[in-house]
Amino acid sequence: MEPRSRSFYLLGAFFALFILFLYGPTITIGILSFQGPGGGLTFPMRGVSLNWYRELFQQQAVGDIWGAFFRSLVLGLMVMVTTVVVSVMGGLAFRRKFRGSTPLFYLIITSLTIPSILVSLGIGLIFSQSGLDVHWATSGFGAQLTWTLPFGLLIMFAVFNRFDKSYEEAARDLGATPWQTLQHVVLPIIGPSLIGVALFGFTLSYDEFARTLLTAGSYNTLPLEIFGMTTNVTSPVLYALGTMTTLFSFIIIGVFLLIARISQSRRAAMGSDAGKGLV
Amino acid sequence: MSRQNALELAQLTKKYGETIAVDGINQLIASGTYTCLLGPSGCGKSSTLRMIAGHETVSSGDIVLAGTNITDLPPARRGTAMMFQNYALFPHLSVIDNVAFSLKMKGIARDERRAQARTLLELVDMASYGDRLPAQLSGGQQQRIALARALITSPQILLLDEPLSALDPFLRLRMRSELKRLQLSLGISFIHVTHSQDEAMALADQIIVMNGGRIEQAGTPHEIFDAPRTEFVARFMGGHNIIALDGAKYAVRADRISLASVPLAAGRDAVVKAIEYLGTTVNVSLDMEGAPEITATVSDSAFFAAPFEAGQSVSVAWQRADAHELAA
Repeated sequence: MEPRSRSFYLLGAFFALFILFLYGPTITIGILSFQGPGGGLTFPMRGVSLNWYRELFQQQAVGDIWGAFFRSLVLGLMVMVTTVVVSVMGGLAFRRKFRGSTPLFYLIITSLTIPSILVSLGIGLIFSQSGLDVHWATSGFGAQLTWTLPFGLLIMFAVFNRFDKSYEEAARDLGATPWQTLQHVVLPIIGPSLIGVALFGFTLSYDEFARTLLTAGSYNTLPLEIFGMTTNVTSPVLYALGTMTTLFSFIIIGVFLLIARISQSRRAAMGSDAGKGLV
Repeated sequence: MSRQNALELAQLTKKYGETIAVDGINQLIASGTYTCLLGPSGCGKSSTLRMIAGHETVSSGDIVLAGTNITDLPPARRGTAMMFQNYALFPHLSVIDNVAFSLKMKGIARDERRAQARTLLELVDMASYGDRLPAQLSGGQQQRIALARALITSPQILLLDEPLSALDPFLRLRMRSELKRLQLSLGISFIHVTHSQDEAMALADQIIVMNGGRIEQAGTPHEIFDAPRTEFVARFMGGHNIIALDGAKYAVRADRISLASVPLAAGRDAVVKAIEYLGTTVNVSLDMEGAPEITATVSDSAFFAAPFEAGQSVSVAWQRADAHELAA
């Protein structure tokens, strides 16, 4: 093997530092969550225990962690479904150039560049000014969509860019109506990408903070609840909670990957010995 | 070759903005024949095919099939079926479901449509591949499935867009004869778009040579090759020399040119520029007055019986009947 150049080791070391910076804090919190009953928020560890996890499940005095978790879960699913449906429809609409499509596209993308806290403030103000209830499932839901929809639409642009139009022509040639073409050809082919959009929509919502801050109303979502806890909870329960939510995110991603894997292997299971035949 | 079931193109025109892709072509295509639309890329052959298929709107003119004006009908109601260049097999459906797709769209029950699809798979020798996915098939196999999927709609005309271009040379020859066999046994019309002269000559009952959105010449392969009507056709088909004589241009087949080291009757003087040995034939490049770049194709036995060499002065001649005057 060729000897590596010095820059390889330099850049490699830099990259390792970056990875440490990226995941070090999360791992530290994971370790500290197993702090002994007498331990505090920082090192050193005073023994190892599951004490803080126990306390987490014992509905303690501060906050409403489980309520916040279920609100975040429901909101995440609402945002996920809406993002997938609207992004697909938007992606389909933008496949053809229409009058005003370029300004409309910029209008949609601008939402990503406006500071989140301003979006949050604006939506919160509009709701309270017009006498509507500021609630995580209404104003909070809307505020999160301003974040997930542009992302979802951008992903669909990439998906449809790679989509071969002759599939649709073939379907039309074989007598499929536009609706049948969408149902039997387009959606099944882009299906795996939709899993990506769904996952994106869910995770963006699940850990969204700034846009939800002033739009969630009286009941907190999980990120807001955790933020609240950082100011008044001074025990490693906070770390136990952080570790649990991180694990939950991993589980969600794992589930989506599993779905993608299963749907793929179900196709492949139909038998493969290509090349056996002559022509 | 009845005219009743023929396909007729009348003043068929396709414009993309200011660009004219197909320029008012008129053509009759008899039923039950194999027709090749031949020409270089951008000549309008694919646009013509796609207009016949209904995948491209017609700017003006008409398409009439078996006495019915199908110009504005949707693709599936025209009596045509198209096989796409990349086959466009649905990647998520098994082979049998790909073939049965059009029946599913019509709402035919699963068992019945699969039974019909199986018949079509047998027709293309793919009966044992029904459960595969397209990605698990070779190019030639995919093409057979695409054929079966198009033919299950019982079209009067099968439209093939460069069907052989995605295959390697060996498979291409094999599928070529298969297409011809299938056309003959089904008795329907095939219209096949290609840029390969060999392919068109080997397959077609009728070749339509297109250039710049117009039809340059239509006829049997023999007519087109032996007596090209325009300089474009002569050059595109190959094997011809374009010779300017007395203010007119003539096409003379390279293998109809006689060469001798002694003066021939009505012979012209030329100098041998280069020799190319091709196995069964030998190409002799010549410099002649009025035709600085002409080629004589000589059989190898004739050549080696009396070889020529570069720089040699020779006499060149051809039969008057072999010189075809070209339209200006």
